[in-house]
Amino acid sequence: MSASGMILFVFALGGLGLFLSRARALAFESCGSRMHSRPFYYGLWTFFLVVFPSLLFFLLWHIGTNLYIEHQIFVRVSRMEMSGILHEDRVLVLRDVLKSLLQKSMVLSRNIDHDLLSFVFDFAKKVKILNVIGSLTTVFCACFGLVYGLWDTRSQKRARNKVECVIILSLIIASAIAVLVTIGILSSLFFQTVSFFRSVPLSHFFFGTVWDPRFPTTDSNVGQFGLVPLLAGTLYIACVAMLFAVPVGIFSAVYMAEYASPQLRSFIKPLLEILAGIPTIVYGFFALVSVGPFLRDLSSAFSGNGEAFIMAQSVLTAGIVMGIMLIPFISSLSDDIIRAVPYSLREGSFGLGATQSETIKRVVLSAAFPGIMAAVLLTASRAIGETMIVVMAAGVAAKLTINPFDAMTTITVKIVNQLTGDLEFNSPQTLVAFALGMTLFVVTLLMNIFALYIVRKYREQYE
Amino acid sequence: MSKLLKHRDIRLKQRYRAEAFFRSCGLFAISLGVFFLLVLLYSVFSQGVSAFWQTSLTLSVKLDAKIIDPEGRRANDPQIICIADYPRLLRNALAEELGVSLDDLVSLREVSRMFSFGAGSQLRDLVVKNPQLIGTSQKLTFLAASHVDSVFKGQVNLSVSETKRKLSNKQLEWMKKLAYEGILHKTFNFGFFIFSASSRPEMSGLGVALIGSFYMMFIVLLCSLPIGVAAAVYLEEYAGRNRFTDLIEVNINNLAAVPSIIFGLLGLVVFIHFLGLPRSSSLVGGLVLTLMTFPTIIIATRSALRAVSPSIRLAALGLGASKTQTVFQHVIPLAIPGILTGTILGLAHALGETAPLLLIGMVAFVANYPVSPMDPATAVPVQIYMWANEAERAFVERTFCAIIVLLMFLALMNIAAVLLRNRFERRF
Repeated sequence: MSASGMILFVFALGGLGLFLSRARALAFESCGSRMHSRPFYYGLWTFFLVVFPSLLFFLLWHIGTNLYIEHQIFVRVSRMEMSGILHEDRVLVLRDVLKSLLQKSMVLSRNIDHDLLSFVFDFAKKVKILNVIGSLTTVFCACFGLVYGLWDTRSQKRARNKVECVIILSLIIASAIAVLVTIGILSSLFFQTVSFFRSVPLSHFFFGTVWDPRFPTTDSNVGQFGLVPLLAGTLYIACVAMLFAVPVGIFSAVYMAEYASPQLRSFIKPLLEILAGIPTIVYGFFALVSVGPFLRDLSSAFSGNGEAFIMAQSVLTAGIVMGIMLIPFISSLSDDIIRAVPYSLREGSFGLGATQSETIKRVVLSAAFPGIMAAVLLTASRAIGETMIVVMAAGVAAKLTINPFDAMTTITVKIVNQLTGDLEFNSPQTLVAFALGMTLFVVTLLMNIFALYIVRKYREQYE
Repeated sequence: MSKLLKHRDIRLKQRYRAEAFFRSCGLFAISLGVFFLLVLLYSVFSQGVSAFWQTSLTLSVKLDAKIIDPEGRRANDPQIICIADYPRLLRNALAEELGVSLDDLVSLREVSRMFSFGAGSQLRDLVVKNPQLIGTSQKLTFLAASHVDSVFKGQVNLSVSETKRKLSNKQLEWMKKLAYEGILHKTFNFGFFIFSASSRPEMSGLGVALIGSFYMMFIVLLCSLPIGVAAAVYLEEYAGRNRFTDLIEVNINNLAAVPSIIFGLLGLVVFIHFLGLPRSSSLVGGLVLTLMTFPTIIIATRSALRAVSPSIRLAALGLGASKTQTVFQHVIPLAIPGILTGTILGLAHALGETAPLLLIGMVAFVANYPVSPMDPATAVPVQIYMWANEAERAFVERTFCAIIVLLMFLALMNIAAVLLRNRFERRF
């Protein structure tokens, strides 16, 4: 029986158990005996008894047999290779065949000959036996759960408490997934990064000024993996974007929070937030097709001799478009913070004779300053981690330049470049992407933590 | 007294000027934001809408048995019908319409460049389905070539010299003639939503991408909604404040702010390399997007749960409900509108996400529809990325059109979220 059929069967059995136990409990109740819980809980408990143990067993059995068989294949094939029965290229074929046998339970490769075939058949038989044992045990488990649950439907049993225990346990597991994901991110980045630094020394990565990874095939001469030009490009583009987004965002927030009438505000705020809802790929394409060529033509019109000094893909293009994308982040975060400043502070300032703009500049903004700083930091971390705009608008050449009209590249662009196409997980050309990802993760994490720290500390002041 | 007044010069004029300046700065900033929004939307819509219509040719094609089956063996060998030279039938029909002689091979070649490569397969499918049509004349509508399409829509500068153009002057003359006779006309571009990836612009569409995106959204919904709601319920209703819950909370807040590309790296290592799931499948894409989405759902659900008045909980507990009964039968049902709003917004965000999908190999040329989530597929934003890298002019229009489709979906989801919130949200 296939895995999905098995799962369906177990669930069907569980449903049956739910129905039967509930019916039994109802029957008890109608006979006049006082049950501890409502009938539905007895049903649910039987359902849990049927489904959870058997599915857990099925899953573990599945994973266990897969690991066991893979190990067996490895051992036997390498033994055959050692003893010279198998040629080296045949070994690869055999491994492929056995793998596909394991994963899809069918043989796809055509170029296997007779003696290999018998070997494969041998294995197929083994796999089948193991699968049958697993399925039978699962069915037995489920049936046992059903019978036990039915038998155990008695008036003294605390079914509700047990069911609630299971529910709370599953809630805890669900909330622990967040921690698991973080651990997953850290470990997946960490191990690949460590194996990258086995072939490239730390100092070459962190202080190297040349980015030239070469191609994975020529592994004899390892390329140069200098982080500096990428980091410079990332920070430069993020800076341009922030230079654009911070003033616009904060001024919009101030206007919306302090000056705009409620009608205007309820119209403008969603309009600006549309900007945040547009996917970044759209911004990227907009930069590539509209903004880049526009800036190039503009510069060629200004330069006099018709030569464009702004490249179509440049720091400026990517920075401006990213800035547009970031405006709503800054404006809506700052708007909330400015509105959270107590009105009494403003009234005090007005009472001393300050104009509205003086109040805003001297009182409101300085009271909101930590919060706005946190908003700016959060936005900056978004600017650093932004991918699609820079992939399409910033260029791929890893140059170290201070000319904003030139193309530069970023960490995220290089992660995408190194990981699209065919992959080999052991070449430094692929693994460097994880080192870059680790760098990106650490930098953004620090910024986020710092921003959250500021927000928490600031929130305590007025509550 | 007058001396005192002099001292009280508080530079009112200057200060009012500064006030006006400050205010206009704010107004300017807002209008700048709105201006950019309008420019963005205008440039997308103005360049993309035209791709909803595609130039087609409608003319009667004679299904000549001599060309389809020159040796008359189709009764014995059904393969003949499948491999017959259908483009030639179309070419001949068009040549006849244009008055080009069937001996003028140079002109004939130009005639056959007028219609799409896909027209032949369209005709083939028709004949294979209805073999009795052979020998008759059928009125057919088929796609024109992409160059013809671009010229017909006025997107090509025709003043450049003939050698630099993809269409010759002769072909332009023919186009005028065909357009005048109503043979060359625009039809609604259904193919854009059906076709899969193709190197020919007029034959490529969003079909696979739409299915892939649908699968992924389904997986995201299926996985992240239960996990997100369960986690939020635990944190909001059950957990006390201790180290464990603090750790979870910090993690959730951080996960919501981790750059999306990092999730792509995670997916590559864990799902593809470690668990051995198929590369570029929508299953892996959906799982990666799930990891990205569920922190958002947790945060939304928590605020929805917090908005439910404590009096509801107290009333339920007072009537003898257990804690779990209170939460599951009273608090969560009241929080559902808020939860759904957050979920829809999270899904909308996941729908537009591109970067992590690039890393798990969804940048693939997929010509067949994915039958299950395990098959290779693309997603709408990834398709946009792939078309953006194509060189041909006709792909720009299609890219913008795909962006319009994507934005439409996002707008629909957001409107649904807003309506849901306004319609069902209760204030306590």
